[in-house]
Amino acid sequence: MDEDAGSMKRIFSCGAGGIVTKSIGLQSREGYPNPTLVELECGLLNAMGLPNPGIKEFGDEIRQLKAAKIPVIGSIFGSDSKEFVELGKQMQNYGADALELNMSCPHAKGYGLEIGSDPRLVKEITSAVKTSTSIPIFVKISPNLQNIAEVAKSAEDGNADGIVAINSVKAMKIDLELKMPVLSNKVGGYSGKAIKPIGVRCVYEVAQHVDIPIIGVGGISTGNDVIEYMMAGASAVQIGSGIYYRGIDIFKTVCDELEQWMNDNGHKDASRLIGVAHQ
Amino acid sequence: MNYPYISKIVDTKTEAENIETILFNYSKKTIPGQFFMIWIPGVDEIPMSVSYIDKETKGITFRDVGKATNALFNLKKGDRIGIRGPYGNGFKIEGKHILFVGGGTGIAMLAPAIEETLDKKIQVTTIIGVKTKSEVFFEERLKNKGIELHVSTDDGSQGYKGFASDFASDLLKKQDFTSVISCGPELMMKNLLDVCKNIPYQASLERFMKCAIGICGQCCIGEGIRVCKEGPVLDGTTLKNIKEFGIYKRDAAGCKVKF
Repeated sequence: MDEDAGSMKRIFSCGAGGIVTKSIGLQSREGYPNPTLVELECGLLNAMGLPNPGIKEFGDEIRQLKAAKIPVIGSIFGSDSKEFVELGKQMQNYGADALELNMSCPHAKGYGLEIGSDPRLVKEITSAVKTSTSIPIFVKISPNLQNIAEVAKSAEDGNADGIVAINSVKAMKIDLELKMPVLSNKVGGYSGKAIKPIGVRCVYEVAQHVDIPIIGVGGISTGNDVIEYMMAGASAVQIGSGIYYRGIDIFKTVCDELEQWMNDNGHKDASRLIGVAHQ
Repeated sequence: MNYPYISKIVDTKTEAENIETILFNYSKKTIPGQFFMIWIPGVDEIPMSVSYIDKETKGITFRDVGKATNALFNLKKGDRIGIRGPYGNGFKIEGKHILFVGGGTGIAMLAPAIEETLDKKIQVTTIIGVKTKSEVFFEERLKNKGIELHVSTDDGSQGYKGFASDFASDLLKKQDFTSVISCGPELMMKNLLDVCKNIPYQASLERFMKCAIGICGQCCIGEGIRVCKEGPVLDGTTLKNIKEFGIYKRDAAGCKVKF
């Protein structure tokens, strides 16, 4: 639901505070052939393959969102710092309020995780985008890393304004009857309930190593999930697969649950929950 | 769970030149207007509306237009395909007299809706609109069921010469219909929306689909209407507010493609 202005407007009207666009590259990309998504026991497995219309065509969608005064975080992916810089500048020109650098897509050759696993590259790209744009930039990192704290620190060293953790977990499903992987790309990214403990652990670990804010994402579908991510160190959260599990109204529902939890537990200021699990 | 059920093809039949039906084992309750995601292992997974509904068996009917449909076309009895669904809302069948307009392969998904309409003792008039005579199918299936059946061809090789929407426009002037239901090329469905004026109207839309469960956004139109979930059947009131209806669709990359 982050493909076009219309669907992002609808998500916003369902209670989201802002919208992260789908990841946009320089050229249009069809992504992988179907099947690109299947439901498994405890989550969703996808390998869309970064489909997007290209930065030039996407301008119209951002402008429509900004005309409707909707906060937009433009997600971008490139193969090197030059591409990231160009994309970042364009997104800023269109009116995006912030940038999310996708350095963690687990299934796209030459992009995402292949860049985001190298701390030196993460710092270089982050720094290059930061010096050529003036809006906040967030770096989305992968759980498929041994050195997640080091990568997050490199983003901070590159002057990122925040870390987004986590992207989906690299995974596979093999069909027993056909004896072959279901996804056309074979490997995909797992999201939903199953990955929440992984996300919480990553946010906790990152929080120990960086001082910039963390946006938690991965398997969030209830108010309690949000509280848990906040306790681990997240200042904000993102929801994707939760739309499937609880419907498009999940954003409002989760906010209501969050408020209920705060009231029930005698908390008035949500920001005081951020990182309490570290004490 | 939205995971493909591996099903065996129980029968195939040729409906017309380049038009094939595949019948497969699938017992989930399905209503006319709904669709499946059909996985052809190693090739693709594509949305296909149901054209035959039986308790244990369902069917799809399609034209050989691309890589995926070509692979489907060549499948034989006993071959295996993956099925997810049914997805989408399906048609609302109510009223006293319904006009069905199927353009191109649109009649494939309308046929089970017509049969259900007759089961409900509602009067049916149907137009099958195609380019030329050799493309007509389901005429036999629908002929002897006590419905008023018309064929229109662009080249006049059978029945009315001209577009199905023009023929429908003539019929709407002469007869009273309580609603109009259509499936076919989007420009035809847009024309029908215009000629229907205040008559309740339903059209089944086609958009590129990926997840089919309402999260990827690939098939969204208007203000976030998910064709896979809130559609594929949309009513006239909704369609009037979708600015791109009959104007453009999006390809796999999300780029706008004009009709």
